Amino acid sequence: MSNSQANLQAESTVATSRKRRHPLLRNMSAKIAAIPMILVTLVGFVGCSVWSIVYSFTSSKSLPREKFVGFDQYDRLFDSSRWQQSVENVAIYGVCSLVFSLGVGFLLAVAMDQKIRFENTFRTIFLYPFALSFIVTGLVWQWLLNGDFGLAQVIRDIGFSSFEFNILSDRDYSIYAVVIAGLWQGTGFVMALMLAGLRGIDQDIWKAARVDGIPAWRTYLFIVIPMMKPVFITTLVIIAAGIVKVFDLVVALTDGGPGVSSELPAKYVYDWMFGRGNLGQALAASTVMLSTVLIILIPWAYLEYSQKKDATHG
Amino acid sequence: MADTLAKRAISEPHGPKPKRIISTRNIILYGFLIVAALYWLLPLYVMIVTSLKGLPEIRMGNVFSPPMEVTFAPWVKAWDSACTGLYCEGLKVGFWNSVKILIPSVLISIVIASVNGYALSFWRFKGSEIFFTILLFGAFIPYQVMLYPLVIILRELHLFSSLGGVVLIHTIFGMPILTLLFRNYFASVPEELFKAARVDGAGFWRIFLQIMLPMSLPIFVVAIILQVTGIWNDFLFGIIYAGTHNFPMTVQLNNIVNSTQGVKEYNVNMAATLLTGLLPLIVYFVSGKLFVRGIAAGAVKG
Amino acid sequence: MTSVAIADLSLSFGPIEVLKSLNLEVEEGEFVVLLGPSGCGKSTLLNCIAGLLDVTAGQIFIDGENVTWEEPKDRGIGMVFQSYALYPQMSVEKNLSFGLRVAGLPKNEIKKRVDRAAEILQIEPLLKRKPGALSGGQRQRVAIGRALVRDVNVFLFDEPLSNLDAKLRTDLRVELKRLHQRLGNTMIYVTHDQIEALTLADRIAIMKDGLIQQLDSPTEIYNNPYNRFVAGFIGSPGMNFLHGTLTSEAGQWVFNSSGLRVPLSDYGFTNTPQEGQAVELGLRPEHIIVGDASAAQPVIMEVDTELVEPMGADTVLWTNVAGHALTIRTDSESIVKTGDKLNIGFNTSRASLFSENGERV
Repeated sequence: MSNSQANLQAESTVATSRKRRHPLLRNMSAKIAAIPMILVTLVGFVGCSVWSIVYSFTSSKSLPREKFVGFDQYDRLFDSSRWQQSVENVAIYGVCSLVFSLGVGFLLAVAMDQKIRFENTFRTIFLYPFALSFIVTGLVWQWLLNGDFGLAQVIRDIGFSSFEFNILSDRDYSIYAVVIAGLWQGTGFVMALMLAGLRGIDQDIWKAARVDGIPAWRTYLFIVIPMMKPVFITTLVIIAAGIVKVFDLVVALTDGGPGVSSELPAKYVYDWMFGRGNLGQALAASTVMLSTVLIILIPWAYLEYSQKKDATHG
Repeated sequence: MADTLAKRAISEPHGPKPKRIISTRNIILYGFLIVAALYWLLPLYVMIVTSLKGLPEIRMGNVFSPPMEVTFAPWVKAWDSACTGLYCEGLKVGFWNSVKILIPSVLISIVIASVNGYALSFWRFKGSEIFFTILLFGAFIPYQVMLYPLVIILRELHLFSSLGGVVLIHTIFGMPILTLLFRNYFASVPEELFKAARVDGAGFWRIFLQIMLPMSLPIFVVAIILQVTGIWNDFLFGIIYAGTHNFPMTVQLNNIVNSTQGVKEYNVNMAATLLTGLLPLIVYFVSGKLFVRGIAAGAVKG
Repeated sequence: MTSVAIADLSLSFGPIEVLKSLNLEVEEGEFVVLLGPSGCGKSTLLNCIAGLLDVTAGQIFIDGENVTWEEPKDRGIGMVFQSYALYPQMSVEKNLSFGLRVAGLPKNEIKKRVDRAAEILQIEPLLKRKPGALSGGQRQRVAIGRALVRDVNVFLFDEPLSNLDAKLRTDLRVELKRLHQRLGNTMIYVTHDQIEALTLADRIAIMKDGLIQQLDSPTEIYNNPYNRFVAGFIGSPGMNFLHGTLTSEAGQWVFNSSGLRVPLSDYGFTNTPQEGQAVELGLRPEHIIVGDASAAQPVIMEVDTELVEPMGADTVLWTNVAGHALTIRTDSESIVKTGDKLNIGFNTSRASLFSENGERV
């Protein structure tokens, strides 16, 4: 073999040994590092959700049973007055939460945006409840709303000696106690999000509006708020997702009572799952909760991803 | 040329605009803020004041009146001898349980999520984005759909009703938001840095440990704040997965207040509530702006 | 008639003095450019004139009125911002008319003004579009239009071309000059770009550290800079500066530096020179003659060519004479190579001398 031929052979051998590794083997370290995430996603989130949905069609009691009963559990669920009450309550809680926290939160943010003194102090005050557990919040407001010793007593002491305020023992209005406590905890968070959105508005827009002679309130209404649409939507989705999850708060504040008048879906699920031993019911209820959230979530996610590009490199 | 101007009367407007401090605008603005601030501080004030009163004083006065005789007995009782169900050993049991749950959970969840976020940001591979999207959905969906299957899984792993079990649960549920946090942070790191390191021959782990880690201290602090607050304040996972001997402070607190029969000791209850809220409050007051950054980062998606 | 006048205007943010007792008078119809490096206070001054910033001391007059305490909308000004600042959710037409609608002008008057502005700026086909659907140049024209509809005498521009790419900048610059010629309004323009300043201005106010260094026509600033800063700021490549001392020899002043002797008989002194005074001799690269024609110049010398930068129309030579660096701009006809020894000449009447504290001598 001549020299050049030997060279060619050697080159082709080297070339074959440097052939591209199988695509599955590339970025091995990254894939190994991502195994926890993949496991959690598949087994944890997807797997568990699917399991729950499947078993909601069984007649499981304290333990899972593979006896499939079609939509029986769901029929029972929608007939249950307790469930109906919790759905009604979560709707009340949801609407009140959204309206007041967005409204008051936005107003607070606008106030904070006015270059005031002690801004940090005010923000610290509005936001600290967010650092507390829902249990803490629930217990504090249970004390405050106590008909004998709480705020009612203060009003009586001022002079309205026949003032009665027993919201915690009132079947019709006990859910509003939960609303009050929840708003106290969460409005500061909404305010923080709104303030961040306000601060993201280009200062030159404010200058231009001032030169144009547009008063501040009109600038907020017709220019700033439309510009903040994405912030409003994101905040709305976050609040909405949180509303379905309310559990700790109602356990601490009213424990669903009096009776079941302040019952909420999350508590309904927990009680049937671990307390009263009717797994099928609990799973049916949680499947309904899941579907509700997905109905809100999927359109929003679709909107987000079609607009924004992925935040990654390459 | 400036002389002609100087000849103008000095009585004409010059210098800064006269500003009235007591203007209608300021009254409304500060009034609104102060009223709101008072409303928000109210419960904290009531908590503190109630916890320092003796029981007779509570019955006589109202929630607003400051204690005539300051006593720390309720605090001692809450910590040491309050009844949390079967035992009457106070909240200190729950406190240490919470600590035992907190530390491993925070460490493990942050370690895994940071590596994940790093991998997703720089080392995208086929399917990684899909997994991430599903993971994100997990942050929104109600936990209730996953509670029971997780019980089964933990039982199989012999981790149910144990410290390890609840730590695992916290890690799982902490992953979506934390991974998002780290992924977004690393996305803001210039890719040139990463490319230069690869040209220098560094691999996945070396780049992470020697380059990315040292420069991401702020985001780790934010992640720690987020997790410490979230895990310490948790109730649901603690009551289901930790086991009676490992109940965190929140569970014990609820037991103290809501399951005591007989005389309700409001002052002990409030002291217990304050004790439970103390740790995250301290974290909050100390971390200030970082706390806001954390929740804003967790909240702003994509 | 003075259109805009500033008297002893100062602005401090706490202890930091940003603007120091400034005085400025702008004639009606004049185009004045505030030029300077970042942080010199030019944008701040413009914002004070506009009324967006409150002054710490001094007065502002527009069209004879003392407007120091007036809101921007009552000052008779229109303003164009670097980031255009168009209202993103409104169409171009609504952007132009919003301020007028708020002021309560009758509909037909609003339409008249909007149409006129659209015609002048050639944005008629864009009226229904939103700012997001416009290019950078179109957005800037709409921003100018928003100022036009206000029917005012004074226009303020805050670095309006800085966000555009180079080609667009050149095109819009010419358009702005044409606009000024057509409308004849007073215009005060802020920029850090000396080309914009030189081409657009009737007078330039060069600013540094909150003070106006020189207020003059572009030609004057170019030929007779008051101080070292102004001399070095205008001109690209920058003026050459040679350190040395002044000595008097036989009644004539001479500039001396190691290995260099420049007689200053043609130089016009503004101040009295001192014997032995340490000075800097300033020479613009384009005022140094190269080659055969250099022999006719009063001062001639030989330099070593270190680097040649051909730039198409001109060539820049980086040379060295007796240890002093000298940049020379010459036309591209002459072929110079690195290492060549070059004959150069110049006339000191076009040079500048600066004392140690930067002042012109």
